[in-house]
Parts: sequence; C-alpha cells; structure tokens
Amino acid sequence: MTRALLTGNGAAAWGARLAEVDYVPAFPITPQTEIIETLAGWYASGAMQGRLTTLESEHSMITAAAAAAATGARVFTATSSQGLLYAMEMMFATPGWRAPFVLVNVSRAVATPITLEPDHTDVLAARDCGFVQIHCANAQELLDSVLIAYRVAEHPGVRVPVLVNQDGFYLSFTREPVELPSMDSVRRFLPAFAPGEVAFRASKPVSQAVAVLGGASYSYFRYELHLAVMQALVAYEEAAQAFAAEFGRRYSAVDTYRCDDAEVVFFMIGSFAAKAGDAVDRLRARGERVGLVRPRLLRPYPADAVREALRGKRAVAVIDQNLSMGFGGVLYAELAAALQGRPAMPMLCSYVGGLGGRDIRVEEFFAMAAESRNAAASGAVPATRLLYSGGELREVRKLQAIAAAERGEAGARP
Amino acid sequence: MFRIRFHGRGGQGMKTAGNILGSAFFGEGFEVQDAPRYGAERRGAPLFSYVRASRTPIQERGVIDNPDLVVVADESLMMLPAAGVMQGVTADTVILINTRDAQGWQARARFPGVVLAVPAIAASPPGGTPPLQSAVCAGAAARLVGVIRRETLAQAVRLELDARGRLMLDQDLRWTLAAYDAMSAHAGCVRERVAERNGVTAAPDWIDVPQDSVRRAAPDIHATASSEQSLTGTWRSFRPVIDPGHCNRCSWICGTLCPDSAIRVDADRTPHIDYDHCKGCLVCVAVCPPHAIRAVAEGKAAACEKIAQ
Ligand code: SF4
Ligand code: SF4
Repeated sequence: MTRALLTGNGAAAWGARLAEVDYVPAFPITPQTEIIETLAGWYASGAMQGRLTTLESEHSMITAAAAAAATGARVFTATSSQGLLYAMEMMFATPGWRAPFVLVNVSRAVATPITLEPDHTDVLAARDCGFVQIHCANAQELLDSVLIAYRVAEHPGVRVPVLVNQDGFYLSFTREPVELPSMDSVRRFLPAFAPGEVAFRASKPVSQAVAVLGGASYSYFRYELHLAVMQALVAYEEAAQAFAAEFGRRYSAVDTYRCDDAEVVFFMIGSFAAKAGDAVDRLRARGERVGLVRPRLLRPYPADAVREALRGKRAVAVIDQNLSMGFGGVLYAELAAALQGRPAMPMLCSYVGGLGGRDIRVEEFFAMAAESRNAAASGAVPATRLLYSGGELREVRKLQAIAAAERGEAGARP
Repeated sequence: MFRIRFHGRGGQGMKTAGNILGSAFFGEGFEVQDAPRYGAERRGAPLFSYVRASRTPIQERGVIDNPDLVVVADESLMMLPAAGVMQGVTADTVILINTRDAQGWQARARFPGVVLAVPAIAASPPGGTPPLQSAVCAGAAARLVGVIRRETLAQAVRLELDARGRLMLDQDLRWTLAAYDAMSAHAGCVRERVAERNGVTAAPDWIDVPQDSVRRAAPDIHATASSEQSLTGTWRSFRPVIDPGHCNRCSWICGTLCPDSAIRVDADRTPHIDYDHCKGCLVCVAVCPPHAIRAVAEGKAAACEKIAQ
C-alpha cells in the first residue's frame, strides 16, 4: 500500500481504475473534468484496459452507462451540477433497468445565477430517482466509497446504480494524502462482476424501457425498485464490514465524531463537515459536550442508525448545504420525519449555509451550538436560519448600488 | 500547522508552486492539503493556491483566512483589492513578494510584519529562458518554513514537474534550489503555529435577509456592454497568424471551430481574424488542415506591428 497526494478527482479516478471498469461514457463539466481526463490518460497509456467514449451530453452519457451496464460490463461515469440536471430524465429512467453502475457526482451549486463552487442542491435533486447515494468527506473516503459502491450496486438483492458524491473545489481540487490499496487486495474485496442474468445481447433482445398501463402494475414495479434501494442498507453494511476486514478502514452508514456523551450535535453531510469537526474540537477544549453526526448513506435513508446516534441528545443543529425553494433544508425535513413520534429524541434546529461554497465560520458553529442548546432548554423551536451576515449583505448592497447607477436610476443608493 | 497562500495570475504557475511545496511537506512526513482556487478560468486572471501542513490530521478545509506566509508572484496584485492578497494577514504573517522594492510595499500596505522579496534568479545563459516562477516561489517558501530539507525539496520538484512533462527538469531544479539557498538568512522565519485560536470568538453578525423587489433581486446585468464591446483580445498571450500563401481557402474549418466566432471569411473565401476579440485559445492553429496558422507570442507580434507601422 502506498500513500500519495491525490485530489478528490484523482481519488475518484483511482477508484474506477482499481475497480477495473470496462467502460466509461464521459462528458466534461467543471469541476468534474479532471476525473475523465485522468481516466482517458490511463486508457491511452494502456494502464487501464477497456474503453472511454465521449458522448454529446450527460443525457446520452447516463443512457450509455446504463445500456452498457445491462450487458454485464462494469461501468463508471461522472458528472456535476447542470450536467446532472440535464441527465435527470435518464437518472429516473435507468434504475428501473436494474443494471448496476457507479456515477460520481462532483457537487456544484445550480443556476441561476451560475457559479462553480459547491452545495448539495444538485445531488439532492437526484434524491428520489432510485440511485443509492453515498456522500464523502475526504479523498480517501471517496476512493474507498467507489469500491464499496460497486459491491453494493452489484449485490444480487440490489442491482441499482450508486451515486458517490464529493464536493467541488473543497474536495475535487484539494490534494491530500490517500492510501492507494494494492490491486490484489482490491480484487479480493471486489472480484470481477458476475452478471448472471444482467446479460443483454443484441442477439437476444430484451426491452427494458417498457410501458405499463394501469396504476396497479406501475405501483408494483416502482415499489419493487424502492425495496431494492432499501435492501442496499444491508448490502452497504456487508460491504463496509468486508472493506474494514480487508483495508482496516470502517465506513459506517452514519459517521459519528465525539458523540458518546454529547448534549448538542451538528448534523451535516459532505466535506464541510470537517469544519464542524474542527468546531467540535474547539468547543470540547472549552468543556462543552458537543459532537458531530454525518450520514454517509442518504439513500437508502439510514433511519435506524440516525436514531441510534441521536437518542438521548438534547439538541441537534441540522446544517443543510442545500435549499429546497419554498421549504428550506432537505436534511432537516428528512431527519424530522425519521425522529417523529420516537421517545427521547432531541430538539431540531434548522440552518441553511454553505450555499455556492459560502464558508461556514467557526464562530457560526459556536453560535449554532449555543442557539440549539437554548432552544432545547426553552422548548421553543427557532425558525430556519440562513447563515448570512450583515457584512455580506452590505457587500451585495454596494454592488446593487453600482448596478442601479449603471441603469441611471435616480436615488440609486439602497 | 503551517498555512500558506500563493497569489498570482493565471499562467504564472501558482497551482504548481502549491503542489511543489505540498509535496515537499509531505516528503518531510507532514499531513498536507494543497489546492488551487480559480476565479475566471483564463490566463492573466488573479488566482491563488494554498497549502496546509500539519503533524496531525487536518480538520480544516477550504480557503485559508489566517495565513502564516503569503507569497505574491505578481506585485500588481498588491493594488487589486479583489485579489485578496492581504486578506487575514496579521503582524505575524510573513509576506514574500516578487518585487525589487519590498520596503516600498511594506510602507504602502502599512504592514507591520516581515516583507521579503522573492530572490532574483538570473536566467542562465544570460538572456535565456527566464526562470519558472512556480519553481522560484516554491523554493523560497520552502526555505522560509525551515522544516524542509534541500533534498526533500529537490525530490518534490522532480515529482511535480515530471508529472507535468517539463522537458528542462535540471534547469527547473537549479532555479528552485537557487531560490532556496538565497533565502538562507531567513530560514525558519515562518513559524509553525501550535496553539490554535480556542479563545472566545465574536458572535456572528447574522441578519435576516429581507425580500427585495424583483428588479433588484433578479441577478440580471444591466450594463450596456455586449460581447462585441468587451475586447477579449487583451486576454491573449499567443496570437494566431494566418499565412495567406498556405491557406487553401477551405473557407470553413477555422471559422466554424473558433469558439469566439472571431474568424470571418470573405467573399473570395479568405479568412480574417478579428484580433479585438480573438482570445488566443489557438484552436484554429490546431485544426487548420494545411497548418496555415502559426502561434506567435503576443509581445513579439505587437512589436512587429509597431515596426510595420
Ligand atoms: S485563437 Fe481561438 S479565438 Fe483566436 S481566432 Fe483562433 S480559434 Fe478563434
Ligand atoms: S482552416 Fe486553414 S485552410 Fe481553412 S480557411 Fe482556415 S486558415 Fe485557411
């Protein structure tokens, strides 16, 4: 095993390489491009056997991925943000083909306005489509999760695609030390795909994109897909255990940090959770009992593990790096549903922050912990708060004043 | 932990400088994080990269707002507030500027801490290729932190520049090490911070964002500029020049594939490049079947033009 500096994108590409994927349909988009450039280089040099094809859009790319997967090939692909949204029709259509493949999404906030930096509104738009979703916080976890993802996707009781998520810039372009597993150990953990009946051949045509008439048969097929995704809870646990046995790194469905005796916990996904971990250490140094709960698996929703992690806590600051227009934070809504009606569950406080890569500062974590603790004491649920400062609004106002002056508006000053 | 930021312009290799320094720290057994941060993705636009190095696993992520060392490869950035060179610096921060006038900048920026100049490394032979900025900046920074040995730095340069397919590795290495040696008087002046800021921090000044009128709240741009009016020709570092003797008047390849529609073809099928808008991507150079388009360094092309006039 060697330790090297890799970006998140490099780690994702190494995951695909070590999984010895047969086929990579590709379409570039910042900040994902480096993944397919790296793989293209390896195919060109002969370091990887198989084929990378550039498609004319993400819509075709996901179609090609699922079609190739239906023949029993091991398939890898990657996208981001607007690309994921453009692929959305096929994101919903292909899981029903019951062909396993792995998609890495590099989270980048969605338009309008256009930006390059991350939040999770893109990946959460794919929440309901039938892909398993694994969310990563660092480059090592990303490489390892790609390998775990194939085990889960190819599990005979699951057989749906898996999306592995990383944050653009904060992870995709950040180099950090990563242990590269040896090919032998990866082959032990992830043997070649035994496709069984996943074996579409042109000589034996099967139609997988079928139509049904009548809600009863439709409901049956959709519910079967739901059950297959739910089954991934079991398959994920098995894969995570086997992974720990082979490589010594344990990735539970819900990660907990300094939680055992915690009274207040932060609840968030992705690489910004490192900032919460840092805040936890600082608050602990001051004697405050604070922890961090970070779900890795978001689909299927690890409700039991989440409840287990939060039982007996006084308050949870849920930090959503996404915004569901007209509602608020998605993680908050789902967590409230998971805890509803259970005994000994904590007060939930909802925060929306880190949109478009906006930093979440240590003093904001301190304030969220204090506010949540107070809410638990008073019993009054605070309204969802956008993490946003007066100073930030003043900067926006300055730009608006310039815009108004450019339009020649009288009394342009806000 | 050490926290270091490199500021430069697109094309000056600040990502590479961060990678070299990151690899050198890693070679010394540190946990490392290094990353570039792009704004507009083009040559000449301000960008920065950053490096964290710690003896324990790193719990931070993203932009560094409390740097121990700031390296500035292009002194014109000092006057550009948007470049954020001085962001978060304190009297304990060391600033290393590519300048002949470190004292002057110290005075202009009213900065109480240490300001040093990136050592001037002469091209060899005189008049030859100027030294690679990234190599020089990384070499100087590596000496200032005081925990990177010369051999480890050399190893890091080989690793990073080899991966980029640099042909003149020996020369790059000489420049890096020359910069490292030139900073010996200041070795270790950038200190590893052990005690972190655990003290009481000010409460965030959170506000409730108000609802504004649509006219104000929609992210529209109302300035009267258009693609035609913004002269992207100033972005160019190389200029495509068509040799009419070799152009076989295919009439469409360069003109169709130019991503900026900067090539017009006239009635007798001759292509003309609009240098006000050609941004120098050199796609046309790559696609012209008879290789009738050359890339000429912008400085040279401009000088020739002057002479011709
Ligand atoms: S260099 Fe690029 S922008 Fe300029 S004319 Fe050629 S293709 Fe167009
Ligand atoms: S592509 Fe080459 S040959 Fe064709 S018009 Fe352009 S310069 Fe002439």
